[in-house]
Formats: sequence, C-alpha cells, structure tokens
Amino acid sequence: MILVIRILLVGLMSAVLSVAQAEGLTIEITKGSQTAVPIAIVPFAQQGSIGNVKISDVVSSDLGGSGFFKTLAEDDMLTKPSEPERINFKDWQVLGQDYMVIGQVVGNGGSYNIQFHLFNVQNGQLLMGYKLTVGGNELRRAAHHISDLIYEKLTGRKGAFNTRIAYVTSASRGGAKQYMLQVADADGFNPRTIAESPEPIMAPAWSPDGSKIAYVSFHTKRSEIFVQTLASGQRESVSSYHGINGAPAFSPDGSRLAITLSKDGSPDIYVLNLANKGLTRLTNSLAIDTEPSWSPDGSSIVFTSDQGGKPQLYLIPATGGKASRLTFQGDYNARGRFSPDGRSLAMVTGNGGSYKIAVMDMASRTVNVLTDGSLDESPSFAPNGSMVLFAANKGGRSVLSAVSTDGAMQQKLAFERGEVREPAWAP
Amino acid sequence: MKFNKTCLALAMTAVFLTTGCSSTDEEGTLAESTQGTDASTSGLSDGSMSGSQFGSGSGMSSGSGSNLGPEFSDPNNPLSKQTIYFELDSSQVKQEYVPVVAAHAQYLASHPNQHVILAGHADERGSSEYNIALGEQRAKSVERMMRSQGVTASQLEIVSYGEEKPAMSGSGESAWQMNRRVEVGYQ
Repeated sequence: MILVIRILLVGLMSAVLSVAQAEGLTIEITKGSQTAVPIAIVPFAQQGSIGNVKISDVVSSDLGGSGFFKTLAEDDMLTKPSEPERINFKDWQVLGQDYMVIGQVVGNGGSYNIQFHLFNVQNGQLLMGYKLTVGGNELRRAAHHISDLIYEKLTGRKGAFNTRIAYVTSASRGGAKQYMLQVADADGFNPRTIAESPEPIMAPAWSPDGSKIAYVSFHTKRSEIFVQTLASGQRESVSSYHGINGAPAFSPDGSRLAITLSKDGSPDIYVLNLANKGLTRLTNSLAIDTEPSWSPDGSSIVFTSDQGGKPQLYLIPATGGKASRLTFQGDYNARGRFSPDGRSLAMVTGNGGSYKIAVMDMASRTVNVLTDGSLDESPSFAPNGSMVLFAANKGGRSVLSAVSTDGAMQQKLAFERGEVREPAWAP
Repeated sequence: MKFNKTCLALAMTAVFLTTGCSSTDEEGTLAESTQGTDASTSGLSDGSMSGSQFGSGSGMSSGSGSNLGPEFSDPNNPLSKQTIYFELDSSQVKQEYVPVVAAHAQYLASHPNQHVILAGHADERGSSEYNIALGEQRAKSVERMMRSQGVTASQLEIVSYGEEKPAMSGSGESAWQMNRRVEVGYQ
C-alpha cells in the first residue's frame, strides 16, 4: 500500500516543476531524476523578522536541483513540525519520504539563530542536528550551507551550493546593447556587475583561489584580456596583441594564463606568465588552435583544434611538445573543461548541426552526451564535480542550465530580460 | 564565503550546540545584495566586490564613413554592398561576393589613405571562442583577396567578434546566414 502511494506521489512530483522566483530570475528543474531520494524540507518555524528569505525554500531548491533529491511540495505536507518531539514519522512514511528536515529561525536584532535537524523517516533516527548564528545579510548563505551539510551527510560528497558563478549578460538599452560581466551565487541570486561595456565581454575564467577573474573585453573595438581582482575592482590589461586575444584559463597555481593569440598568424595556444608577462608558445599550426584549459595537476592543457579538418580536442604537455588527439566521434568537439578531479572532460559536441554538452571519461575515453539541446555551449564543472553549468538556447534566448554529470537531472536558470551566456563556476 | 570557522568546527562536533557564535570579521563585510541584472556597480558599498565601467570604444569609430562618394550608395554599384556572407564553418569568399571584394579592393588601392576595418563574425552555433577564430579566418580571407589586388597592409585592420554581435537575433538559418559575415567598415 505504501509503495503504491509512493509511486503515485513520485509521478505527481515529477509533473510539478519546481520554480523559484526572485528579482527577474527563475530556476526551473526541467528534467527530474527517476532515482532521486525523497526528502521533505519542512518550513522552518520563524520568530522575529527574518525578511523575505525562506530557508526551507532555498534548501529545497538546492537539494531538488542537485538531482540527488526529490523534495516534497509544501502543499503535500500533512503537518509542519519544527521540533523533533512533534514529528509523527508515520505521516512522512505514508508520503513516501526517506528523509526529512525540520528547523527554526529566530531573528535576534540583526543576527539570526538557526537550528535544524535531519531525520531518517523510516526509523526515526536523528542523523544530524545543528545550531548556527549568522549576521544580517547571510540567511541565503546560511541556507546554502545547510544544503551543503545535508547533501554531504546523505551522499558522502561535498556540496557546491555555497559557491559562485560568473557569466555575461547582454541586453538592449535604448537601442544600444550593453554587456555586463556579473558574479552571483550559484543559484543566480545576489548578482553583482563587475564590468560593463557597450562592446562584447567574453570568456570569464576564475583564478584558482576565486579572488580574480580573467576575461576578454572588446571595449576598444579590439580584443584584450584583463585580470580583475574582485575585492578591489582593480583590473589589469594582460594581453593586447594584434589579432585575437582570447580564451584565458588560469593555471592551477594561479601564476599563468593559457590564452589564444593570433599575432603570429593563425590562432595558437600560448602560456602567459602573469608576473613578468613572458609568453611561451605551445602550438604552432596553420589551423585554429583555441580554448585552452589546464588539467587540475597542471601537467597538460586541453584545447580545440581544426588541424584535422574539423574542430576536435587535443591534449598537449603544459611545457610544450607533441599534441595528441582526444576525440574521434562526431564532426565537432570543442571547449574541453576538466572536472576538478581530472577524471573527466566536459565538452561541446556537435552532430548534424546540433550542439550538446558531453562528458568524456578520461580513462576509458568513452563519451556520454548529457543534454538534449541544439545550441548548448560553454560547459563549466561545479567545484565538487557533481554538475556541469552551460549556456543553452531556449525559445531563441540564451539561458544558463546545469545538468548533473550523469545526465539524470537538468535545471534552467533564466533571467527576465536579455541574454545570459559564458558561465563559469567558481572554484 | 565561509562562516566563522571556529564556530563551524564547534558545531560539527556538538549536536545542538547552544552557544551563539557571532559571525564577525570577514563575515561582517558580506555584500549587501544588489539583486537584479541591472545592479549598478556604484551600488556596491561594502567593498567586498567592486565593478568596473568601460567607456565606449576610444580612438576608433565604426560605420561606413561619411566622406565616401555617391558610388557607395548606388545599389547598382558593388561598393554599396559592405557585407560579405559565408557558408557554415567556411571562410571561403563565395563566388557571388568576389566582385564585391574586388570593387572595395580597387577603391582602396586607388585611395591609399583610406582605411577599413574588416570585422569577422560567425553564427551562434558551436563554441564561442572557436567562433572568434572562425570570424577572424573570414576577415583574413577578405584581407588576402584585397592585398592581392593592391591594397596595402596599413589600410586594413582585422577584428573578429565571433558570435558576439549578431546582425540578426534569433535562431534558425535565416538569422544564421545573415550573421556569418565580414563587414567592411570604412574609417
């Protein structure tokens, strides 16, 4: 009987799209996982003023969006306990839940005391209990932290909810386009503009410590690579050679940038020493060589080259040498990005004019296509390797999407106005 | 990004920790949220992250130049065409645009003080940095043809915008074919 109800509920839940709305931003789970673990995040009891942040909503959205969990809609809850002794576990067993989270938030003159408990619904066991105190503007951050704790407890892997992303938006203002490089929380909240220009801004790349972003700006009507320190806003032009200055990627130790330059003819990969601006040329072909990205151990660089006629991915030692071809399937494989553990490589794979995000297992070299879009590009791994963020086209508009690395779950991050592209997940 | 580390460490070891850990030091500097995509850079008062405003391009102007002769606006003259279109993933100048490139080359060869910017573009398909390279190849194809017809290197400048500045927005071949292009911009 319980099993039947549970199957029914799972069916119902996958039909209901989870939508979070805030300031022109929507997060929508566009593809739910069939194997996701049911968890109920009961609305936290509130005392005092806590503004418009609802912790249970944030946690629900985080966990539901991860692909590992299926969260119970608030309307389906029979009761909403906030204290352990108030829980009737049978209520939650009937609803087919495996786990549940309850909690309280107490506003305390500018700071908040938050307490929460995670239970196994099947046996009533308390798995985790926490109390934390945070300051005025930190409720969303605290909620993401709670998501991280629950995620790690139940999956054994670190969460990536308390992280940031960078991306480029473009929108028309009075007929003229304006490009903005923004940094936001990983769920798109709290966006801050760090650079803007009437000419394109491209290719944001994070320094390994998350303190700087390298990017390409065309504000002089030529391409130029900047490195900007987030805390101070100070930016430095690091590459303004004749021709293309593009595709910056920080080395894992943060001391160098792999970049694309066409100053010597066709686009080639160079390594720029950020301290003395010295250049080392890595590739030297008549073909297009671009989109470098370092392996996490810093030993090699993956890049896109059409030296074989069509764009494919190649690997070259970071100190230079012979490049070896990595991809052989399909007529378009570009923009490789290593997972944080170096075991897999995300890429754009094109077949028959349709471009999707795929992940290659570096040991077996098998390629798994994760998305079903037709104009997907710019993949970027979450720092815990669980998801890949990318740019997609929905209804003629660029939006950001994230897909779990097994392809089971996908979510969309859309802004009300304009286009959003070139995402980069912070380390 | 982190909570007070000591507080967290304590919380990790003690379930139902009852002491309040105030979060000061770096947490006190967390940004006041400036939500919305039009968050202004000047609204960042907390100092944790600052923005930069680029002005519009300096030194160079685009457009078709105001001092050009009437032949540039005569629809029967190939000089009136200042955009050269390309096939998918190709940087070869199509036969129908060879006379257009030749007309501009001839004009430039006879006006050695005239400068142009050849701006290469790509459609939105595929990877954005690869499209930058593709746009540059297209501009270089046009440059090579012009050079072979007597235009000097100093008259020509190349820039590639890849897929970043589509002439026509939207997805589909009708927009894409308008976006795979090189624009000849008289300075």
